[in-house]
Amino acid sequence: MSQFAVNLIFVGGSFALYIAIAIWAKAGSTKDFYVAGGGVHPITNGMAIGADWMSAASFISMAGLIAAGGYANSTFLMGWTGGYVLLAMLLAPYLRKFGKFTVPEFIGDRFYSKNARFVAVACLIVASVTYVIGQMAGAGVAFSRFLEVDSTTGLIIAAIVVFIYAVLGGMKGITYTQVAQYIVLIIAYTIPAIFISLQLTDTAIPAIGLFSTHTESGLPLLQKLDEVITALGFQDYTADVDNKLNMVLFTLTLMIGTAGLPHVIIRFFTVPKVADARWSAGWALVFIALLYLTAPAVASMARLNLMTTIYPDGPTSQPIEYEARPDWVKAWEETGLITYEDKNSNGRIELYNDSPEFEPTATARGWKGNELVVNRDILVLANPEIANLPSWVIGLIAAGGLAAALSTAAGLLLAISSSVSHDLIKGAIKPDISEKGELMAARITMSVAIVVATYLGANPPGFAAQVVALAFGIAAASLFPALMMGIFSKRVNNKGAVAGMLSGLIFTLVYIFIFLGWFFIPGTNNLANTPDNWLLGISPLSIGAVGALINFIVAFAVSSATEEPPIEIQELVESVRYPRGAGSASNH
Amino acid sequence: MSQHSENAEKYWKANLRLIIGSLCVWAFVSYGCGILFRPLLSGIAVGGTDLGFWFAQQGSILTFIVLIFFYAWRMNKLDKQFGLDEE
Repeated sequence: MSQFAVNLIFVGGSFALYIAIAIWAKAGSTKDFYVAGGGVHPITNGMAIGADWMSAASFISMAGLIAAGGYANSTFLMGWTGGYVLLAMLLAPYLRKFGKFTVPEFIGDRFYSKNARFVAVACLIVASVTYVIGQMAGAGVAFSRFLEVDSTTGLIIAAIVVFIYAVLGGMKGITYTQVAQYIVLIIAYTIPAIFISLQLTDTAIPAIGLFSTHTESGLPLLQKLDEVITALGFQDYTADVDNKLNMVLFTLTLMIGTAGLPHVIIRFFTVPKVADARWSAGWALVFIALLYLTAPAVASMARLNLMTTIYPDGPTSQPIEYEARPDWVKAWEETGLITYEDKNSNGRIELYNDSPEFEPTATARGWKGNELVVNRDILVLANPEIANLPSWVIGLIAAGGLAAALSTAAGLLLAISSSVSHDLIKGAIKPDISEKGELMAARITMSVAIVVATYLGANPPGFAAQVVALAFGIAAASLFPALMMGIFSKRVNNKGAVAGMLSGLIFTLVYIFIFLGWFFIPGTNNLANTPDNWLLGISPLSIGAVGALINFIVAFAVSSATEEPPIEIQELVESVRYPRGAGSASNH
Repeated sequence: MSQHSENAEKYWKANLRLIIGSLCVWAFVSYGCGILFRPLLSGIAVGGTDLGFWFAQQGSILTFIVLIFFYAWRMNKLDKQFGLDEE
C-alpha cells in the first residue's frame, strides 16, 4: 500500500470518528451548546482540556523550538504547564462556582460594568482569533504534506469537519471530539518518540532516554549532542542563559497567559461541581504532561538524528552527497520547508552555523556558507521518516497533527462564538432574546467564525505569526489580573478594574508595537528588536508579566481612591469563594 | 449568620495559606531550580548535563502535577470539614 493510501486511511478514519461523535452529541439547549450540559466527568474534561490546549504549536512546533534553542527554550515547557497550577488554585474552581457561561460575563457581573465586559470581549476576540489562524494554517500544512492536496483545499476540508461538529454540537460535540482527538494525538506523538528513544538509547520512555546513554557512542545523549553541534559551530545545547530576568518574565508571561486564556477557562464550566473543577485541572496537566515530558526528548533526539544523517561519519568528516540524500529530504523539499543550495559546488550537504566565530574552520574545510535550511516546524512531522519508521506511523502523525490543530481550533471558535452570542447579542443588543433564539444565534456566530478563520488561515495577515506576543500578552496583562482580583479582592471596584485592564493592555501592546511594528505592519517599529534596545533586557514577548503587574497596581490604586463596591457585589465575591452556602446570598 | 461567617472566614484563610504554600513550591522548582539557581546546581550531574536542566525540562512539570492533586485533595477535604462542600 502506498504511503498516500495509508495517510488517507488514518486521516479519513479519524475524521469519520469525529463526525460520528458530532451526530451522537447534538446540542439541544444553550446549556448544552455553551457548557456541554454541565455534566462532564473530571477525567473526561481533563482529556478534553488536553486536546483543547495542545495546539498545532504544541504538537508540531514546540519540539522544533526546543531543538533549535536547547535549554533556553525550556521556557515553553514550564510556561505552558505551570499555568495549570494557577488555574487550579486561583481561577477555575471559583469561576465554576459562579456558574455562568462565559469569561466576560464574570468580569461584567463582578465589576458591575458593561464597559469591563466589553473590554474583556475585545481581549478575548483578539487573542482567540490570532490563535485560531495558526491552527487553521497548521491544518493546511499537514494536509498538503500528507494528502498531496494544496493547502487551501486541505484547509477547507478541515473547516468543513469542524463546522459539522462545532455547529451541531457546540461545547457538547466539541468535548467528546476533543477526547477522541486527545487519544489520537497522544498516540501519534508518543509512538514515534518511543521508537526513536529505543533506537538511540535503548530506553522505551523518551523522557528517561533524554538523560540516558547514547548507545552508539557510549556517551550521555545530551553530551553527544553538545559535541556534535558545537563541532559545527552551533551553540551548546545545554548551555545556560545569561539574561535570566528575561527568561523568568517570559516563563511567567506564558504561565499567567495560559491561565487567562478564555478557551481553556470555559472548559472548567462543563464539570458538575467545584471539587471536579479542581480535579480536572490535575487530570488536564497529567494528559498534557504526557506530551510535554516527551517533547524535549523528541527535540534533542531528532536534532541528533538529523546531524548524524547529514554527517554519518561524524561532524569532522565529510557530509553526505546531495544525490544520496534520504527520501524524506526530497519529500520536504517539495513543500519548500527544506531548501538546499550547493554554495561551494562540491555536491555535498554542508550543514553548519554561519557564525563569525566558526568562519575560519568553515573556510579551512572549503565551505562557503550553510547549504541546508530546515524549517524547524517539520521536525515532529518528519521524525518518523528521519528514523525510518514504518509507514503506518507516518499516517498516524498526519492524523495526530490534524487532531491537535482541529481540537484547539474548535475550542477557540466556541470561546469566540459564545462570547459574541452571549455577551454581545444577549448581553447588550437583544437582552430579551429567547433560549431558542440564542441557540440559533450561537450557531450562526459559530458558522461565521469558522468562515472568517478559514479565510484568515488561507491568507494569514501579518499578525498571525505573533500568537505568543498577542494572545499570551493580552491574556496575561488584561484578563488574568482582572479575573484574579475579581475573586481574591472585595475592594476592587468597577473603575479600578477597567482602569487596570486598559493600562495593562495598552502598556503591553505599545511595548510590543515599538519593537515589532505598529499593528505588526513591517517597518513601522520605532526601535530595532534587539536585546540592546529592550527595556532592562525584557523582550516584547516577555512584557505581558510586567503589564499584569501594572494592571494590579492601577486597579488597586484607583479602587482605593474611589468608593467600595456595593454590598451585593461583595456578597457575590463571598459566594464564589465557597462551594456551598454563601452562594444563595447573591440570589436574594 | 455571624457564626457562619466566622467559619467561612477560617475556611478562606486556610485556602489562602494552602495557595501561598503551593505557589512557593511552584516558583521554587520552575523559576528557582529551573532558571535562577541553575548555576548553583551545576555540580549535580544528571545524564550528560545538570540538575537545573532536568528541572527546566522535566522536574518542574512533574512537581506541578503533584501540587495540583495535593491542592485538590486538601481543598476538597477542607470543603467538607467546614461544611461548605456541595451536596
